[in-house]
Amino acid sequence: MKPADEADLAEMIRAAYGPLRIVGGGTRAIGRMDGAEALETSGLAGISLYEPGSLTMVAKAGTPLVEIEAVLAAESQRLAFEPPDMRGLLGRQGTSTIGGVVAANASGPRRVQVGACRDHVLGVRFVDGSGTVIKNGGRVMKNVTGYDLVKLLAGSHGTLGVLSEVSFKVLPCPETEATVVIHDQNAAEAVSAMSQALGSPFEVSGAAHGPAGGSAGAGGEQGKTHLRVEGFAASVAYRCQRLVALLAAFGEVTVEADAGRSAMIWQSIRDVSAFGDANAVVRLSLKPSDFPALIAGDLAETPAAGHRFLLDWGGGLAWLAADAEPVAGFLQRHQARCAQVGGHATLIKGDVEGPYFQPESAGIAALTAGLRAKFDPRGLLNPRLMG
Amino acid sequence: MEMPIVDAAIIARKPALVAALLEVLPEDAVIFDEVAVRAYECDALTAYRCPPLVAVLPRTTSEVSAVLRVCYQMGVPVVPRGSGTSLAGGALPTGDCVILGVARMNAVLETDYPNRFIRVQSGRTNLSVTGAVEENGFFYAPDPSSQLACAIAGNIAMNSGGAHCLKYGVTTNNLLGVTLVQMDGTVLEIGGAYMDAGSLDLLGVICGSEGQLGVVTEATLRILPKPEGARPVLMGFDSNEVAGACVSDIIKAGVLPVAIEFMDRPCIEATEAFAKAGYPMCEALLIVEVEGSPAEIDAQLSVILAIARRHNPVELREAADEDQAKRIWLGRKSAFGAMGQINDYMCLDGTIPVSSLPYVLRRIGEMSREYGLDVANVFHAGDGNMHPLILFDANKPGDLELCEAFGADVLRLCVEVGGCLTGEHGVGIEKRDLMKVQFAPRDMEAQLWVKDVFDPAWLLNPAKVFPLDVTASRRAA
Repeated sequence: MKPADEADLAEMIRAAYGPLRIVGGGTRAIGRMDGAEALETSGLAGISLYEPGSLTMVAKAGTPLVEIEAVLAAESQRLAFEPPDMRGLLGRQGTSTIGGVVAANASGPRRVQVGACRDHVLGVRFVDGSGTVIKNGGRVMKNVTGYDLVKLLAGSHGTLGVLSEVSFKVLPCPETEATVVIHDQNAAEAVSAMSQALGSPFEVSGAAHGPAGGSAGAGGEQGKTHLRVEGFAASVAYRCQRLVALLAAFGEVTVEADAGRSAMIWQSIRDVSAFGDANAVVRLSLKPSDFPALIAGDLAETPAAGHRFLLDWGGGLAWLAADAEPVAGFLQRHQARCAQVGGHATLIKGDVEGPYFQPESAGIAALTAGLRAKFDPRGLLNPRLMG
Repeated sequence: MEMPIVDAAIIARKPALVAALLEVLPEDAVIFDEVAVRAYECDALTAYRCPPLVAVLPRTTSEVSAVLRVCYQMGVPVVPRGSGTSLAGGALPTGDCVILGVARMNAVLETDYPNRFIRVQSGRTNLSVTGAVEENGFFYAPDPSSQLACAIAGNIAMNSGGAHCLKYGVTTNNLLGVTLVQMDGTVLEIGGAYMDAGSLDLLGVICGSEGQLGVVTEATLRILPKPEGARPVLMGFDSNEVAGACVSDIIKAGVLPVAIEFMDRPCIEATEAFAKAGYPMCEALLIVEVEGSPAEIDAQLSVILAIARRHNPVELREAADEDQAKRIWLGRKSAFGAMGQINDYMCLDGTIPVSSLPYVLRRIGEMSREYGLDVANVFHAGDGNMHPLILFDANKPGDLELCEAFGADVLRLCVEVGGCLTGEHGVGIEKRDLMKVQFAPRDMEAQLWVKDVFDPAWLLNPAKVFPLDVTASRRAA
């Protein structure tokens, strides 16, 4: 099924008789959707509006991300939340669509400073599971008119509706960037350094560590900690200097002042390139200071296993590669830990029988089930994907 | 303003209701004397008043849960109330409701600087959240003008903004988690000190739901490091269009100011008479503020001033020191007070795409002449959130109604150009009847589904946000 426009999409959903698998570019889907008929959104493509002076763009959901990024780059603007390219990590082909980015709330390293994808989406048009076209939000950043269904649809992985058009806020590209590098840190030192940097007034726009881990015994390999600084050239130089001074106590601190090389560092972090060879990858969202104890626990539990990890968002996002243990147990152990300390673990790469997403508490599960029953009463849209 | 017909059966059961509430709350937390409840008869939309049946002031989440359970069992509607500063009538009672005020729940529960969050009880005032962390060099970014008085609970209900939100976002972009009590007393923890939802973004839909999905008793908020410094610059222009073009050019240049404020001639004149800040008497005035180190501030301002000069300003004024900076802001911050001294006024909150600014200002001017009511415009130019202040005379019969009609036309215009009815203040009762201008029936139905799921009994703040005819069958059930 490949609708040509929104009306077509609505009609196809109305007429559908079985579960549908919503496909944008197929580059960042999570979980298993066996036996479902594919509904492709790439036919709903095209930028409807772009106003650089208002920092606003409106595009149909099937518009390729690369097209949007190119149009923005021509005006020296960008999607500030830097959606990752997951193809290398997941071993997939395809062309990511803006609808898929929003459905997955796909957000890269700069999320720690400017917010996630959902914080930049101003409005949505979508078709619900009954085939009704619904709109919410609009074209403006300040909008508290009625309930914010934009936030509800973002990150819903197609389970509440199929996006047909999205409006979003864009931001200017900075003049340049640089990266402050702290060499040889373990997890605890890295979280501490990143917390200090993010708590400083020097406007750090990326705080990541690793990849690190590897073989055990000595507690895993040390990794590098990276802190990005963006802006006008003089400002970037000044802030790097201040950060180097601030973090001197952590050991060797250098600056990658070449903007091109700095950008490559962050692209690799953004796309989790280091784990392309992993059998399975779990993505954790947690309080940064909870991570060192978590990884220490992993090491204690299975000392012989790989325990490779990459931290982003100042330690609030952790990617864990399962190299030498069964995926199901690996996932469950981390979901249990997140349930304990607060946060969530999602299986991004690999296969399990059970849920890929963090199980919800009873009260929350009742609400999400209730919402799905309203928006998709026939259970057609990526059913059971999120649990 | 139409409100639902009061339920006589509930009124008749007042003694039983009070008795049940006194079983779960201490005596000083239950207000039911007919004179005493009048303190809760309105919020900052003072044109509309109605004393509630009872007002309660719980101190803990479990007390809130117990109160809601009582009201749920007895079928009594509940109107949550933060500090009662809503300009939209969000906390306006009905005669058969219980006002649930969280003002006594104002403690700081946890501050965590390495992880950059603070957890507070929701009755805490906005400014005192920053107050709790500023000595350590942090602040809480969303800063509505009422921040001295307004509560976090209300900020979350309305998804409040403020002058800083151009750079730092609004409440929903700074909210990490809540403790939410549902109408049947169920207590839920949603979100926390970690980023992003694990499944559906319930936090995102709770923020801005105007007290209709549950009562927020605790909140986890993002705190940010204070910038090294900030400085404003003032620019006067001889037309609104030119000022608007200047705003556009500043944005396109890649400078991200922390605030861009716009005032038009009527506003400048009234403000100058009141605050005597020394503003130039011109058609339009911009105040742009940037942050950073002294050198960074200088660099950003030189870019901004170069842009401003290309638009032939009638005046450019920099601040050489802290005092001069305060003087630049003095007029803008006194604007509402200045207007209030001249006249009664109605403050609108419509938002428009920044590109439509000159057209909308021109149309507002035309409507002002048609209606015979003066308008002063002050607003957050960077995000198009307008605050037209329509002046009227409350003592003149029919003037309030005329003013409301004018306001409704302005809001229709905002929607027409691709904007919305309200950028910060929320719908409450004030814009309830204009919701059909912005939303088709199916769009509203989807929002009602959310309330159906969170509050199937439709007892939480039921008369707000949606037109009464749209919600009638749900409220009657």
